[in-house]
Amino acid sequence: MASVTATATAIRRGTGRVRRSWLIVGTLVAWVLLWIPLRGHDTLPLPVAQLRPLHQRLNDLNVYIGNHRASSPFFTGFVNVIRSGIADLTTFLQSLISQPSYDRPVPVVGWLGVVALAVLVGYVLANLRMAVLAGVGFACFGLLGVWQESMDTLAATLAAVLICLLIGLPLGVWMGLSRAVERTLTPVLDFMQAMPTFVYLAPLTLFFLIGPASAVIATFVYAVPPVIRITAHGIRGVPESALESSRSLGATGWQSLRTVRLPMARRTIVLGINQTTMCALSMVTIAALIGAPGLGQVVVHALETLDVGTAFNAGLGIVIMAIVLDRVTTAASVRVEQGYRRGVGAAGLGGSLGGRLSRRAGRRLLLAGLGVLAVVAVYLSYTFVWAAVFPASDSGGLLGSGVVRGINAVDHWVQLHLNSVTDGIKNVASYGLINPLQSLIADSPWYLTCAVVVAICLAVAGPRTLPVTAICLALLIGSGVWQDAMVTLSATLLATVMVMVLGVVFGVWMGRSDRVDRVLRPVLDAAQVMPAFVYLVPFLGLFGTSRFTAIVAAVVFAAPVAVKLIADGVRGVPAEVVESAASSGSTAWQTIVKVQLPMARRALTLAANQGLIYVLSMVVVGGLVGGGALGYLVVAGFSQISLFGKGLAAGVAIVMLGILLDRITQGAARRGGARSGRSYWMGRTY
Amino acid sequence: MLRGTRWVRTVALLAVGALALSGCGSKIKSGTSASASHKPCGTVNLADNPWVGYEADVAVISYLATNKLGCTVKKQNINEQVSWQGFASGTVDVILENWGHDDLKKQYIDQQKVAVEDGETGNQGVIGWYIPPWLAQAHPDILDWHNLNKYADEFKTSESGGKGQFLDGDPSYVTNDDALVKNLHLNFKVVYAGSEDALIQAFRTAEEQKKWVIGYFYEPQWFLNEVKLVHIKLPAYTPGCDADAQKVACDYQPFDLDKIVSKKFADSGSPAATLVKNFRWTNTDQNDVARDIAENKMSDDAAAKKWVDAHPDVWQSWLKGT
Repeated sequence: MASVTATATAIRRGTGRVRRSWLIVGTLVAWVLLWIPLRGHDTLPLPVAQLRPLHQRLNDLNVYIGNHRASSPFFTGFVNVIRSGIADLTTFLQSLISQPSYDRPVPVVGWLGVVALAVLVGYVLANLRMAVLAGVGFACFGLLGVWQESMDTLAATLAAVLICLLIGLPLGVWMGLSRAVERTLTPVLDFMQAMPTFVYLAPLTLFFLIGPASAVIATFVYAVPPVIRITAHGIRGVPESALESSRSLGATGWQSLRTVRLPMARRTIVLGINQTTMCALSMVTIAALIGAPGLGQVVVHALETLDVGTAFNAGLGIVIMAIVLDRVTTAASVRVEQGYRRGVGAAGLGGSLGGRLSRRAGRRLLLAGLGVLAVVAVYLSYTFVWAAVFPASDSGGLLGSGVVRGINAVDHWVQLHLNSVTDGIKNVASYGLINPLQSLIADSPWYLTCAVVVAICLAVAGPRTLPVTAICLALLIGSGVWQDAMVTLSATLLATVMVMVLGVVFGVWMGRSDRVDRVLRPVLDAAQVMPAFVYLVPFLGLFGTSRFTAIVAAVVFAAPVAVKLIADGVRGVPAEVVESAASSGSTAWQTIVKVQLPMARRALTLAANQGLIYVLSMVVVGGLVGGGALGYLVVAGFSQISLFGKGLAAGVAIVMLGILLDRITQGAARRGGARSGRSYWMGRTY
Repeated sequence: MLRGTRWVRTVALLAVGALALSGCGSKIKSGTSASASHKPCGTVNLADNPWVGYEADVAVISYLATNKLGCTVKKQNINEQVSWQGFASGTVDVILENWGHDDLKKQYIDQQKVAVEDGETGNQGVIGWYIPPWLAQAHPDILDWHNLNKYADEFKTSESGGKGQFLDGDPSYVTNDDALVKNLHLNFKVVYAGSEDALIQAFRTAEEQKKWVIGYFYEPQWFLNEVKLVHIKLPAYTPGCDADAQKVACDYQPFDLDKIVSKKFADSGSPAATLVKNFRWTNTDQNDVARDIAENKMSDDAAAKKWVDAHPDVWQSWLKGT
């Protein structure tokens, strides 16, 4: 009887799926048929230099705030206090490690001291391997000839991360304890992460002016959500049984938080810190546009003269810093976990007690040794020029000048020899894919496109998603930049399809072979951290200024996430299933298509969702290389005062597109039988 | 335990070695040695806008202020319009090369009264429509804008929707190109490259590979030393012909570039304020320095020093009164 019911459900679900695919096909066919007579009508276009009343009102607000900054108590008593507090913190950190300070021509601690401290911190937080990695990584900054800039970046990043933790950790704990707080904070955090950074650069400078303070706040807005979310997740994830037993021992809420929840969530919390640090680092170049000091400045500055080599060299510095910080904090979270397990298990396991004690003594001795070394190194670098200023820093560093020359030579060769091929690719993609799709989406009347979006939403995500969809569409129309939003939407969809193709191909390859995984993973990590600005210039040479260039840039940024997620999904398919498929005579291709991909379905939808969000976060960068539409408007709004309001509206439109696409893909994942994740927006996924 | 003692020994050895090293090497001296012949200068915040001509101005001024007047110069790398905000807060003291911006002058000089005009730089700025030199040679008649429509098809790209493509660059530059295309009845579409990098790269590729490109550009600009883009003359500029942004049908106004400083800085009596006020040079001077920075890859300071050493008579007049 039970099996009959199960079969019936399966059939019903099967026919439901078939009916849904027909609905989608039908919608698309109807769309094209209606598009033919209606195209070009009611598309709500708006030329770049023209404004709607909403944009004009935002402009007026901008001017008003500028004129009242000096007199309003809100500014003198509140905003300016925050601003100078953050500026002081940043300046203090800079004076320690990067900028001449306290009447000295060099910072307090020179390179030798900083390297020794990095080794020490690496050991304290993690282990000897990480200590060596930190030391070598920091030495690389000097060898690349970007020591001072790297230290500026480090100081600014540290300041931002400190503020994130100061505010994020308590909020995260609170959110983990209270459902009401969670419900209030989640949409706010979603918004903070989906909002393209460029959008709030302009309003931020309006309140906090240019300089390190604004840069740190911009970084904060982008980097604080992961630590809040992940901390809350960790606090909430503590097993009920553990809480139960502490309660039965008569612990108060505060006591059980301190003795049970926090210790058991420690590892997760450290992971949150890791994610926040990575997010902060990924803001380095963008923050440079509003006066953040450091490596980002070098990148932006070098690109003014199309000096790809120098930009790459500085980008390499950012990548190295990201690797060091990521690996050390990841290792720290593992250590925290082991420490906790050891603490819990110590009582029962008397046997290995002696060995553990001697290991601990060894660690303590090594720690003391490294500590002494660090003190000596700091003293030396405070006192002597050779230990304060990295050798050969005037001539571009021992390795740096070579890197710059090499990359410039490669760049030149590529531009000279590959251009005709790449130009062909661009034209085929533009005329064959981008133009038709854009014409369909952006040249349809607004009511037609809205109807199609609603129909597709109903078909793939179900009625639950409908209210959000309707609100997003209404706000998109209200923003006054509907047609630009539709142009951006079509480019985003295409880019996401390309991301998924790459994701499936490389993800399956990586998931099936450990060796491939070991080779590809570091490359993917680097592609995610290398500032997009660095590879934009060579792309410009290859593909010209076009929407295709913008799409390629987005794909390079978003593909690594999708590849990693799919690889993990394929790897997660139980080995027995794969083996039994192979033993029953399936070819490798059949195993992939019939077993591994279907079973990794959840990973696939998650990859599509994350791919979309990452692509959207590159829309603005795409605007710098010919992507046009919303991305260009945001950039223009940031730099032209008369377009301030329009840029802001365009930024909101990007967020609306993000929420729309996120909710529809999540709804689809829910319906597809995958266990519903809550919001997947967790910043970078490693 | 054995491992432990070995570590202690190594550490001790290293520490002794380090102490021995400390015997040699030069010590860091506190304080900077400013020349005593001038008034104390303090800190000067120079806005450093993102084009190389501007950077050349900054390089020379900052070299002179640091080495001749003993000032501490802070360069703020920010874009044109954002720089103006800095006057109110004191994060920016000087904009060394201002291109027009009557709206900003109104807001910050007339309304907020935080900035003042500080005289011309001596550089003439020309904005306009440019094509790569090979194109001007191959089709000389294109230099007359009336013939642009004849060639519109050649400028077509995947981005321009069936019309000729006209390329615009950095979003922070105020352009009339959309209105010009419309009002001159040209069969072109303005495509927004989105950044100056993108625009320069397009012109560079166009000249190397004989491609058809037309776009917005300006002088003085270092890139013109590498590829001598040719200016297409539009109907001549007359004062007021660009008053209504939607109806513009004339060429861009030629600018006499000027300097803007914060009111506080102007009244401070700092020798740097005098230096900035007296600063005046030619397009050739600026291009020389800009070329050294952009093409010869010299550092700002090195390029400035080269120019300063070669033109003592020019800059010595700027120091009068400090």
